[in-house]
Amino acid sequence: MPKDGGIGASSKRREDIRFLTGAGNYTDDINLRGQAYVFFLRSDIAHGTINNIDTSAAEGMPGVVKIFTAEDFAGVGGMPCGWQVTDKHGEVMQEPGHPILATGKVRHVGEPIAAVVAETLGQARDAAEAIDVDITELPAVIDMKDALKTDAPKVHDDLKNNLCYDWGFVEENKAAVEEAFQKAAHVTTLELRNNRLVANPMEPRVAVGDFARGTGEHTLYTTSQNPHVIRLLMGAFVLGIPEHKLRVVAPDVGGGFGTKIFHYQEEAFVTFAAKACNRPVKWTSSRSEAFMSDAHGRDHVTTIQLALDADNNFTALRTDTYANMGAYLSTFAPSVPTWLHGTLMAGNYKTPLIYVNVKAVFTNTVPVDAYRGAGRPEATFQLERVIDKAAIELGVDAIELRRQNFITEFPYATPVAVEYDTGDYFATMDKLTEIADLAGFEARRKESEARGKLRGLGVNCYIEACGIAPSNLVGQLGARAGLYESATVRVNATGGLVVMTGSHSHGQGHETAFPQVIAEMIGIDESMIEIVHGDTANTPMGMGTYGSRSIAVGGSAMVRATEKIIAKAKKIASHLLEASESDIELKDGAFSVAGTDKSVAWGDVTLAAYVPHNYPLEDIEPGLEETAFYDPSNFTYPSGAYACEVEVDRDTGQVTIERFSAADDFGNIINPMIVSGQVHGGIAQGIGQALLENCAYDENGQLLSASYMDYAMPRAYDMPFFSVDHSCQTPCTHNPLGVKGCGEAGAIGSPPAVVGAVVDALRSAGKDVTHVDMPLSPSRVWAAMQ
Amino acid sequence: MTQVNMTVNGKAASGDVEGRTLLAQFLRDSQGLTGTHVGCDTSQCGACVVHVDGKAVKSCTMLALEADGAEVSTIEGQANADGSLNVIQQAFQDHHGLQCGFCTPGMVMSAAALLKDNPKPTETEVRDYLEGNICRCTGYHNIVKAILAASGQDVSAIAAE
Repeated sequence: MPKDGGIGASSKRREDIRFLTGAGNYTDDINLRGQAYVFFLRSDIAHGTINNIDTSAAEGMPGVVKIFTAEDFAGVGGMPCGWQVTDKHGEVMQEPGHPILATGKVRHVGEPIAAVVAETLGQARDAAEAIDVDITELPAVIDMKDALKTDAPKVHDDLKNNLCYDWGFVEENKAAVEEAFQKAAHVTTLELRNNRLVANPMEPRVAVGDFARGTGEHTLYTTSQNPHVIRLLMGAFVLGIPEHKLRVVAPDVGGGFGTKIFHYQEEAFVTFAAKACNRPVKWTSSRSEAFMSDAHGRDHVTTIQLALDADNNFTALRTDTYANMGAYLSTFAPSVPTWLHGTLMAGNYKTPLIYVNVKAVFTNTVPVDAYRGAGRPEATFQLERVIDKAAIELGVDAIELRRQNFITEFPYATPVAVEYDTGDYFATMDKLTEIADLAGFEARRKESEARGKLRGLGVNCYIEACGIAPSNLVGQLGARAGLYESATVRVNATGGLVVMTGSHSHGQGHETAFPQVIAEMIGIDESMIEIVHGDTANTPMGMGTYGSRSIAVGGSAMVRATEKIIAKAKKIASHLLEASESDIELKDGAFSVAGTDKSVAWGDVTLAAYVPHNYPLEDIEPGLEETAFYDPSNFTYPSGAYACEVEVDRDTGQVTIERFSAADDFGNIINPMIVSGQVHGGIAQGIGQALLENCAYDENGQLLSASYMDYAMPRAYDMPFFSVDHSCQTPCTHNPLGVKGCGEAGAIGSPPAVVGAVVDALRSAGKDVTHVDMPLSPSRVWAAMQ
Repeated sequence: MTQVNMTVNGKAASGDVEGRTLLAQFLRDSQGLTGTHVGCDTSQCGACVVHVDGKAVKSCTMLALEADGAEVSTIEGQANADGSLNVIQQAFQDHHGLQCGFCTPGMVMSAAALLKDNPKPTETEVRDYLEGNICRCTGYHNIVKAILAASGQDVSAIAAE
């Protein structure tokens, strides 16, 4: 039975009221007195030398305030990269400069060349059309393998070549892996592409810069998942503004999915321009701009090989991946194909030897960075697909092959440098078998065939590393930041609480779920607790929301701060009750003396803290406010098993998703309703990747999929109702809530199930198909059938 | 600039607009009704859906001047007279039919238009009707469920939560 409030209850979301009544406060809803508008003139060619930018005609256009080009940023730092990867030779990656406005060259379609600030957006756009940019077009490099040829045009003339890094992991294992492959009874090899995607949160990015002359304070309102990170990066590395003179506000944010983690040029621009123009400056991205300026995701090309012994045990795994960085290094781009990908290659299986090689490549395309799952979908996809192919080649059941190789004992140290604390992969597979009614599949296949359709079933597992991350570990791995989280819990005199968290909610429902935890700890009503987030002026330094980290890291910080509150409140209660502190118990919002009927209400204690007339002033300070920073000791490891059933039209290759089931282990769960919603959304993005979405460039670097007319976003009719279950729970052992995180699982676990199901459908018709590259468009599926 | 006059959520609304001013811009910038969102520039996403003379319209694809004299209703005008959520809004909250909230105003306005014409739609009819409304958060599961529930149909058999 659902609980009425507290941990484990499906409390309705309080934030819904404002979103359902049009009372949200998104960044584009913010308009400051006297604001001007900026329009960015962006490159329409992929690679070229800028000879001249003539703004003279545009300067005189109506409403123009000021036109900016690279010259205006001569004394300003470039866009920083937050992660430095060391390659297999021990050398640091090649790290090119990344200007705010194109300097000397343009390197991708969409790169901003000039910025027009004007009284209205329309005037800014009109004036931008009057800017004359003289560019000599250069040959563009788009394909990663072409970019690594010795005679390839260089994206950055000051680098040796287009190779950002050549990473080997674990390099010391390489020889042993080679030996295992030589001894293998069977080797399965699969080449595949993890298609390039665009995150496409429904709210396009927006940035509003403001500067207060009186105090010298800058304010940036922006669509960010992590306002403190933007404040640190932009303040320290780009504009040289000390943090105490810079406030970053990310109010209601309309989805992120990773692409709103990063620090973008437009944010630095409006902050800079607000001071230069002495008035607020606002930028609102159009969707067309978003396609060519939001960091893209995925775009890996991989060859994976799995070695098995004569009993079908996995003995070794090796991969060779090309990862597209785009033209510049976005904030966390280097970490995605390396530490967020290589470390997950063991998956759910006890493969003893693994070697991962990743070549990160610069091309004349939009920068690529984390998108929901970030490295883990790429790892899961290749591993699960090669297992399916091995099962086909060996003539064994793919689920049984997985079960045979499951990790069974925890904690488990993988050969790729991580230690899984808990999991039960048999439990989630068993649960999936039940909820997906796998036993009924053959009957459903016959029914489909009777209607002339092919039906296929795809089943796979996944594991991910969430709750990023131990700061000392990521520091060793090249991160230029810590990855703790913070919370300040402020108890008011009348007993209500405000939690100021460094986590950021942009759809995840923190305003509802976080209070459930504190309500449970203190025994008070959820409505007495309010969450504040998204404003560096009101919250302690925090690292924000991504990597399914909010409840595991931010929630843990909140628990730690609340524990401090309770400890102090017990001291106050012991004074009021004239009892020993060790005898004080907190239950249902009241402090009592163990073994007696003496008690004092929560509100009486909080009032005493702020009206300390009868109070142990000699021992403790007045007030009731505590801060905690929580730095996790390990990642968390959600896992699960997913099943997809598709129908394929024999004549057209059209694929429809008939059933989709997910059995996840997220450890303990705070709000099951919200968790299910997160899984639904992730699955839809995974199905989108598998069936529909593809970010396409032509050979000249023109972005072919630059609007919703060309980039196939999943629609309601592309999806079935999903069956999701998270009753298998092996709690995390190293955070106080036992939680693992659920934000990315759906996007990680679903693509291989979809592809596996289509392959299975085609094989049911006698087609000798083992893999089809995503997206599984009708033309590709039809071609695979021929 | 030309003056445009219309009724928005039952109240007279007027302002000076350029010929190129879109209805969505007029509502957001001139009238301060920022519940209507703009999520794309090709009339695909549906975050900007409002009702014009009772019909669902993408307000990013209609000039403000075209709505001169019209009755317009937006998400801000949907709640009951006492301020409580209407049946569709309440169903969206009850069934977790929204996450980030950005597509939500358009979804609610489209759902209202659907249920006006088709009070008891099937699942397939709901999904087809939402062709012009993109959501990136929910996978549509709980949106479809909420709309079916708002139509008075029993959704208890649809996967929980």
